[in-house]
Amino acid sequence: MMQPELRTPTVGIDSVEHAARLLPLWETAPGWKGFFTTVDHKQIGIRYIVTAFVFLALGGVEALLMRVQLAGPNLSVLTPEQYNQLFSTHGMTMIFLYASPILSGFSNYLWPLLLGSRDMAFPRLNALGYWIYLASGLFLYAGFVTGNGPNDGWFNYVPYATRDFNPGLNEDFYALGMVFLGISVTVGAANFIVTAFRTRAPGMSLNRVPILVWGTLTASVANLIVVPAVSLAFFLLWMDRQFGTHFFDPAGGGQPMLWQHLFWIFGHPWVYAIVLPAMGMVSDGLPVFCRRPLVGYSLVALSTVATMIFGFGVWVHHMFATGLPGLGLAFFSAASIAIVLPSAVVVFAWIATIRLGRPVITTAFLFFASMILLFVIGGVSGFMTASVPVDLQLTDTYFVVAHLHYVLIGINVFPVVGAAYFWFPKMTGRLLDEKLGRWNFWTMFIGFNLAFLPMHLTGLLGMPRRVYTYADYGGWGTLNMITSVGSFVFAVGVLLFFVNVIRSLKRGALAGKNPWDAPTLEWSTPSPPPPYNFAVIPTVASRHPLWEGRLGGDGALSSLDRGMMLDHGKETVGTSALDAVPDMVLEMPADSIAPFMLALGLSGLFVGLLLKSWTSVGIGGAIAALAILVWLWPSTELREREPAHG
Amino acid sequence: MVETVICAPVNLPVGPIRRHGIGWWGAGTLIASEGALFAYLLFAYFYTGATAPAGWVLEPSPPLKLALPNTVLLLLSSVAAWWGEQGILKRERARALLGFGAAFLMGAAFISIQLMEWHAKAFGIGTSSYASLYFVTTGFHLAHVVVGLLVLLAIFGWTALDYFSPQRRLVVSAGVLYWHFVDAVWLFVFTTYYLTPYLGFGR
Repeated sequence: MMQPELRTPTVGIDSVEHAARLLPLWETAPGWKGFFTTVDHKQIGIRYIVTAFVFLALGGVEALLMRVQLAGPNLSVLTPEQYNQLFSTHGMTMIFLYASPILSGFSNYLWPLLLGSRDMAFPRLNALGYWIYLASGLFLYAGFVTGNGPNDGWFNYVPYATRDFNPGLNEDFYALGMVFLGISVTVGAANFIVTAFRTRAPGMSLNRVPILVWGTLTASVANLIVVPAVSLAFFLLWMDRQFGTHFFDPAGGGQPMLWQHLFWIFGHPWVYAIVLPAMGMVSDGLPVFCRRPLVGYSLVALSTVATMIFGFGVWVHHMFATGLPGLGLAFFSAASIAIVLPSAVVVFAWIATIRLGRPVITTAFLFFASMILLFVIGGVSGFMTASVPVDLQLTDTYFVVAHLHYVLIGINVFPVVGAAYFWFPKMTGRLLDEKLGRWNFWTMFIGFNLAFLPMHLTGLLGMPRRVYTYADYGGWGTLNMITSVGSFVFAVGVLLFFVNVIRSLKRGALAGKNPWDAPTLEWSTPSPPPPYNFAVIPTVASRHPLWEGRLGGDGALSSLDRGMMLDHGKETVGTSALDAVPDMVLEMPADSIAPFMLALGLSGLFVGLLLKSWTSVGIGGAIAALAILVWLWPSTELREREPAHG
Repeated sequence: MVETVICAPVNLPVGPIRRHGIGWWGAGTLIASEGALFAYLLFAYFYTGATAPAGWVLEPSPPLKLALPNTVLLLLSSVAAWWGEQGILKRERARALLGFGAAFLMGAAFISIQLMEWHAKAFGIGTSSYASLYFVTTGFHLAHVVVGLLVLLAIFGWTALDYFSPQRRLVVSAGVLYWHFVDAVWLFVFTTYYLTPYLGFGR
């Protein structure tokens, strides 16, 4: 029997019978079986989001403990070692286990809906990414709860991190955990890239995709290329610590600066990777509440890409004080200053959108709009440290801590909470409470600025970061007390958000398809969307398929109700990379246990490496290899082989 | 009256046809990421060497007696894999099996010879930063060769089971592409470790 190689997809409209054919193909099995085998991007996305918020809460509690210790001079709530592990684990948690996965979660959930597709390009890889994220997060936290958390800061400089100065398992947990987590980030990035280029709805040419797609795509290209740098750095560190190599050890001809280069070659693009998708959320969400399209779509999209291109060439600005040659510093300083330009373009596009629109003040709008202010503050302090002489004064002081929190909380947490208010109705079918939302916003906004605005001054007054206590010198005590109070206010604000989510899950007002009257494809699906997202594949004629007809102009209209049915199997359509012309019917994989088994095998492998238990390495590796073999075994359903043969 | 556009294509390929399928893109992203990994390994070599005092390279004239023929062997294995892939395209299963089998054996021989190389070195992994870089970089490459061999083995087995046709064979092409990558990246490692000292780097 031959399977047909070509088919003309039937075009039609949704019907009860059609939905009844699609549902069993796409639905996740109920109970435990479905839990471990699902490849539905919506379920995986929500898992990412929930897990990342749990890590946000953990990292927040760690921060509060530190703020108690630092509330006044000469306190001894924490020992120096406890403090070291807390600030390092806080950084690791927020940067690696919250800031990036939360964006992956939103993008995983939203992308196929934004793109008019039925799933990500590689659904099983998507599941694998989540399981490894969870496993590596547990691995890293297993170190912390057994007193073996990282204790050398999140960027983990040698020689502090080498065995001579750090003999415990702390750095081994961190090093191996980061290599493990890197697999998750890499497979996720690969999936986003292929999804963006190959599974957009017909007609959705690259200049019609929402900015969130530009943001996550750009971040993913960067991650794909730079994550190997940090994975390698941590692997080499582990080799130095456990197998007597000399990569970072000057006594053996090693080069300590190699650590800093490899780390920041990864680290700085990573900083953009954890803000560009969040900026995309603002670029897509803010205009909805301004009741007009984003001003300067093309400029914003190009600026997103330009930021990342500059972002590859600025890593040395983390190393201005290391004694590198002046000519090199000048180059990296110039690049770090130039990167302000694309960021400014985006900021002005947002401001113009508000100015030229008719803003509707909602909680989501407040989070998105306030982010512009926080971005500018964080941007200006970053611009200051891009200057070598200024940086020499400010490096390793609280000024830098203030800067990075304005960037990470301002451009990640605020947009993310705004995005939660915006897309929660799509995910759950219910709206978050607006009244509680105002309390939520203002508590977070006031608390955050109370905590971190004075911290700039603390830094200008010379207080060094990463010390567990300090003498009452030059007004440091008062400033730190204000920061500690502000941090608790901020924490209450975040708590209000969690309360709102839990309350609204059951009691929130019903949302309907499109509660915000927003223009993009996800709002044309029911809330929450069915497992197959779109009963028929839409055809897209503009950037705002749901606003056509009122934006003026006589452009063609998108077709949302009529389109390819694709109900012969678990199918969606593959389109060309730039113009999104359909070029194949994609056969999508069914639910599978292989991703979970692979993550499980890798967990055994990494635990084995940590404990140098080669049996565990062998068993874990064998399970992983077997899972890959099962996964890749050519299947007839996916048309990877000829059914007539074999 | 504005019109509604409905995309109604005719005769779309169903599933991966030839190299045309998202699996091919997946293989591309994997190779991009792995290529970056080797770029960082070589960066580590050049950066450490460039900032080290003279005499950093422990073998100022690395012996090429084994390494050069071994390099040629690995490249020939790529040719064998390509020749086998052409067998699938021409529906000649015996030729395909011969090609993949030969590529596998040549890759295995490469590993043995590389292990002999390792054994013959006067230094060990802990001797100096140069030695650490040498063993870890070539070790990373060996690990990739091992993965590549497993891929060739899988393709060999699936071909033996008569799974593929000239149309349905993306798995084969992606696997062979990975093998080409493993071989191509060795040229960079080989040039860096075996040839640049002759040009004076790190001596």
